[in-house]
Amino acid sequence: MNMVNLTINNRAVSVPEGTSILHAAKETGITIPNLCYHPDQEVKANCRVCVVEVEGAKTLQAACATSVKEGMVVRTNTKKVRDSRKVVIELLLANHDMNCPSCSKNNHCGLQEIAANLGVRESRFQNVLEEQEIDTSSPSIVRNQNKCIKCGRCIQMCNQVQGLAILDYIGRSDSAQVKPAFGWYLADVACVACGQCSVVCPVAAITEKEDIEQVWEAINNPNKTVVVQTAPAVRVSLGEEFGMEPGEIVTGKLVASLRTLGFDKIFDTDFTADLTIIEEGHELLQRIQEGGTLPMLTSCSPGWINFIEQYYPELLAHVSSCKSPQQMFGALAKGYYAQKIGVDPQDIFSVSIMPCTAKKFEADRDEMSVDGENPDVDVVLTTRELAKMLRQAGVDFNKLEEEEYDAPFGLSTGAAVIFGATGGVMEAALRTVYEVVTGKTLESLDFKAVRGLEGIKEAEVDLDGTIVKVAVAHSLSNARKVMELIKSGKAEYAFIEIMCCPGGCIGGGGQPFGGTDELRLKRIEATYRADTELPIRKSHENPAIKKLYEEFLGEPLGEISHHLLHTHYHSRKH
Amino acid sequence: MSELIYRLLTKNFNQIDPGSIDDYVTRGGYLSLKKALKMKDMEIIDEIKASGLKGRGGAAFPTGLKMEAVKMAEGSPKYIICNADEGEPGNFKDRYLMENDPHQVIEGMVICAIATGIRFGYIFIRGEYVKSQKIMETALEQARGKGFLGENILNTGFNFDIDIYTGAGSYVCGEEFALLVTIEGKSGRATYKPPFPTTMGLYDKPTQINNVETFCTIPHIIELGGTGFGKIGTASSKGTKLVCLSGNVKRPGLYEVPFGTTVRQVIYDLGGGVPNNRTIKMVQLGGASGPILPDEMLDVAIDFDEMRKNDLTFGSGAIIVMDERIDVLDILKRIVQFFHHESCGKCTPCREGLTQLLILIDRFIEGTASMQDLSLMNILMDTMTNSSICGLGQAAPTAVRKALEYFPEEFTSRISNHVAAAM
Repeated sequence: MNMVNLTINNRAVSVPEGTSILHAAKETGITIPNLCYHPDQEVKANCRVCVVEVEGAKTLQAACATSVKEGMVVRTNTKKVRDSRKVVIELLLANHDMNCPSCSKNNHCGLQEIAANLGVRESRFQNVLEEQEIDTSSPSIVRNQNKCIKCGRCIQMCNQVQGLAILDYIGRSDSAQVKPAFGWYLADVACVACGQCSVVCPVAAITEKEDIEQVWEAINNPNKTVVVQTAPAVRVSLGEEFGMEPGEIVTGKLVASLRTLGFDKIFDTDFTADLTIIEEGHELLQRIQEGGTLPMLTSCSPGWINFIEQYYPELLAHVSSCKSPQQMFGALAKGYYAQKIGVDPQDIFSVSIMPCTAKKFEADRDEMSVDGENPDVDVVLTTRELAKMLRQAGVDFNKLEEEEYDAPFGLSTGAAVIFGATGGVMEAALRTVYEVVTGKTLESLDFKAVRGLEGIKEAEVDLDGTIVKVAVAHSLSNARKVMELIKSGKAEYAFIEIMCCPGGCIGGGGQPFGGTDELRLKRIEATYRADTELPIRKSHENPAIKKLYEEFLGEPLGEISHHLLHTHYHSRKH
Repeated sequence: MSELIYRLLTKNFNQIDPGSIDDYVTRGGYLSLKKALKMKDMEIIDEIKASGLKGRGGAAFPTGLKMEAVKMAEGSPKYIICNADEGEPGNFKDRYLMENDPHQVIEGMVICAIATGIRFGYIFIRGEYVKSQKIMETALEQARGKGFLGENILNTGFNFDIDIYTGAGSYVCGEEFALLVTIEGKSGRATYKPPFPTTMGLYDKPTQINNVETFCTIPHIIELGGTGFGKIGTASSKGTKLVCLSGNVKRPGLYEVPFGTTVRQVIYDLGGGVPNNRTIKMVQLGGASGPILPDEMLDVAIDFDEMRKNDLTFGSGAIIVMDERIDVLDILKRIVQFFHHESCGKCTPCREGLTQLLILIDRFIEGTASMQDLSLMNILMDTMTNSSICGLGQAAPTAVRKALEYFPEEFTSRISNHVAAAM
């Protein structure tokens, strides 16, 4: 690698050729403020906050877009630079809804942070914001144009990672806005509600739809038994909200925090993830044995389901009929647990803590109701919303003692934990399918070929002489490639796992802000660590699952399962 | 008057029928192309370098160096683009060149293609220039028919063809990157550089992009030789310049002058001065993005070095004369409104800055401005010039800035008395 020597603020630095000034400055301990830059995205260079002086250049240069050159002389803190950055921030503030204290991103806002760091105390410019209607049409995502700074991060995410292009610039000059085509509502376009846009938005222009108040109401209602489930991916990310290093496993604190908030029963979605493996594994075997539609596609990711229903409905027969773990849990909570504890199902209030915004949409679906009237999952909160609730209640998350989940839906396995990472559902399924089919014990439980951030992964499993090919894809641009492969008849797989979000649920649209690959890898690493730390690592060995079948469900794919745990999907093509 | 005019690029104007390739050929047209076909590619580039030709679109980059960079750049196919998206208010030279002598444009482009080994080019013509588009279409067809363009040019085995692409009238598409992405089918927004089009242009391939007038100069360089051509003009600025004279002058129009001619000579000796013997209030050079000068600055020569020494730019060649009846702030407001309308909205300083600049100018017009507004306006304009992503935002405040320099009393006299007294 060729090294390039330059000076930044009179300090010599040597960095690899092709490094941007932004990164070179970081090497010297200088953080250059920026808003539109995102480490996993193409350089946009439109916010103009990161400008620096480069000797010999007539104008200031965007540090994100300028590569270092041998002998370059860079100054990041001259009067010219400071004045310019300040004016740029003031210009943004002058066209921004500045009700910061009541903003859902207060204290988590890139614009606010830079303004504070630069010492901007007011905008000297006249506020020119023309207030626009806030788009609350989606059950998952809220788009507030009044906060948008037009940085384009959401556009790139939607366009390049998810391959959807729901958002783009409309208009020019100060009429330029980021919106769906023709300025339509989110609910009226083929948005999949994945919320990836909200993860990369530096301000509060795109956020999850906040449902916290409904949960407080239920908790405060003495007639309601409030049960809560926590998704696998939440335990490896929630700590970030409270200053912990990414990749900390906070399962015990998570349970304690929910109990502190007043939830009556703290359950684990991991339990129904194990259940999903039993049902889905048997469905796969049935399809293989009886000549059903193959490859079978997983169904746990609601953003992915929204995608196939809207973009590839002709392939819906490939999708497993299993409900997602969230919805299996919801169905059991109201269709089984209520009866078990002698409570009217209507008095069960079922909450789920999810890394996901699309889960809000899923819980809202007409099919997801065992009595046909009330939703099985009443409210879905994202990881971010749970953190907000904890802050509202003044809970010092770091100080909490670890606690255990409640019975009977608190016991789960390592196979369920890894549902949170791309490849995890596949690996969990293989652990069970192998042993059910062959009757042998797996020597190594780790299917490493399906792990990691590569967009599309493949593996082969030898089921007693029968070679089964499987594939794993995450993010919808990769899902689209797999769909095209299936349509062309070239997909020789029996089973394909698809997760909507990059990295899987650990990179979900409801996770703490940031959304870089670096962060995702740390959460993934924690996920597999959590797996190895658990005493049981195969879903079919979960004693609580065995008991559930003995006591209630009977057999996998049986009559009760069919009613409670399976569903169907339909075309919603635009 | 006559010695001021130097007819090189305009020598065929009113002498030929622009719809007739034969007329062009009869007056020596395409001889330079034939000559170039016999030259080695680097010889052509060397002649252009020796001529000292600098781009006529406003940036004044040496054309020979640009061609050499494109030739040396890795990547294929490469493209030649003629920027005929003449959107700068006060400029009409490219339209005149295309409508009066279309084959001169084509000949220049083909010669460049021979030198750089490029096989395909576009002429990007401003959407409103419908007549230019038609004339160029006809000329391209005729040139193909006569073997000057297309497959196997003049039986030499060299292939080069040109397509016309028309914009939808957006000013920013004259900016080279916005122009390029438009051809790619994207919306016309500027992007950061480097990399420059010479290495990463159309479809990320090396691209030579030049102004119409630059391409029109090429055949004359080949005809006269680089050194011969270099005898016209001044030490820093070789050849002739087309000047678009408009506003309060007796004879507005297009004039071709050798570099070194002063602005005052153009206005008075060629344009006949201001009607009714009115005095000049100010002159804007280059177009809406150019500086505003008072009468006493008009002896500045049209010369890249001299302009730079005086912290001026000549842009693509407009001289807009405004007489004593014209209100400076009224003109500035119109200019800022123009940029506000045409900003692509991509970068913060331009998108938000122009809105605020308009508000501040309005305060001066209404007499409600304060001293703080004056300093805020200055720091805002500095930010726009220093930090905008492309030339549009960088140049948009030029007129206001220069007006502040040369006509400060127009601003200070309108500062609200109450506040001014308190200062």
